[in-house]
Amino acid sequence: MRLLPAEVVGNTVAELVLEASVAVGADVRSALEGAVEREESPMGRGVLEDILANLDIAREDRVAVCQDCGTAVVFVELGQEVLLTGGSLEEAVDEGVRQAYRDGYLRKSIVADPLYDRVNTGDNTPAVVHLRSVPGERVRIAVAPKGMGSENMSALRMMKAADGEEGVLAFVTETVRTAGPNPCPPVVVGVGIGSDFEGVALLAKRALLRPLGSRNPDGRYADLEGKILERVNRLGIGPGGYGGRVTALGVQVEHAPTHIAGMPVAVNICCHADRKAERLI
Amino acid sequence: MTEGTLLRISAPLDGKTVGSLRAGDRVLLDGTVYTARDAAHKRLVEAIEAGATLPIPLEGQVIYYVGPCPARPGAVIGPAGPTTSYRMDPYTPVLLERGLKGMIGKGKRGPEVIAAIRKHRAVYLGATGGAAALLARSITAQRIVAYGDLGPEALRELTVEAFPATVVVDASGRDLYSEGPQAYGR
Repeated sequence: MRLLPAEVVGNTVAELVLEASVAVGADVRSALEGAVEREESPMGRGVLEDILANLDIAREDRVAVCQDCGTAVVFVELGQEVLLTGGSLEEAVDEGVRQAYRDGYLRKSIVADPLYDRVNTGDNTPAVVHLRSVPGERVRIAVAPKGMGSENMSALRMMKAADGEEGVLAFVTETVRTAGPNPCPPVVVGVGIGSDFEGVALLAKRALLRPLGSRNPDGRYADLEGKILERVNRLGIGPGGYGGRVTALGVQVEHAPTHIAGMPVAVNICCHADRKAERLI
Repeated sequence: MTEGTLLRISAPLDGKTVGSLRAGDRVLLDGTVYTARDAAHKRLVEAIEAGATLPIPLEGQVIYYVGPCPARPGAVIGPAGPTTSYRMDPYTPVLLERGLKGMIGKGKRGPEVIAAIRKHRAVYLGATGGAAALLARSITAQRIVAYGDLGPEALRELTVEAFPATVVVDASGRDLYSEGPQAYGR
């Protein structure tokens, strides 16, 4: 049994939120640099150049890459031999979020009530926490601040087995087409296939956590990622939605077992600010 | 789409300037713009419906759909990129009716908004979504004018210098978001 002060979890979350908010990873930067090379539209290239210049300024000034500093989505893999001391996991995560959004001059975007008074909580809490219990005595924490502009363009459909691969391709492509310029293209598309209604949404979000450009280890799904990317990039939406070849930087699919009577599919769209950071403690 | 012209314009906007802009043109904007998002729009339209005085003038003005980050000490403003515009669509025709001439945001506008832009000879400008730190460098002053209780959604007056934007919907109703992808789709 390993005793771990909850404060350590909180501080780790704070550091990861700050890291993810002011700089995207090398995976995203290199995808954007590749996109400038490929893009044929002058306006599209202009948008990509703005995006790259923005990343440099954010890093230089230690400010957020985007004013929408997102919902703090936090994935925790908690070793079952770890005993948290001095507080609950959710309190620790929220304390980390509170610290980071205050000290990093990040925008606080969470309202306490979704429908009626919509008053801002003032510290970007509560976080959305996804907890998984794993063997061992380590804790893996991944933070992915998620902007609502792209979250709003996401979709879930309960498909049937007969819809097959073509059904999945058509649904994902239609979702990106409908989103058009709204989610700040070029986008990253996370796709979940299988599980159930709530499980498939989480699969799609977990797909976005993978390094951009990584492939599903199952060759059939890796091929599907390539096919979806090609189809999406034929839409012509382009950077900023002004028309162009690069509508998506990548498509990442995660799959899971499902029920004999169904094939849930979820599409979680992420903007080009594909922010994520993780650490093992 | 061929690349449009680069024009230097200033806000508030006059009819002649608005009339000269074409979808696809790039502009560098100087002058004064006001910020408003969903909650501020709701209050503005409720004030109009109640016949109350508005906290800002509308005639010829430009509204930027943005909720900036807090400013670091010594900075004018935090990162300040555009938010998605369609959420303001329900309120926009009323504001255009009252003289609003320009909007800066990102993302598609509905048919009613495009019709109102054409009717009132206004313009919808797109700023690069997610280029918040870059765009903040074109903002040289800011102050909260109203609705301070809304925090990031407060109504602010911004002074901008060479703020870069693209004409998305021009006064004739042409829409770059529809023409651009048509040119590149296959």
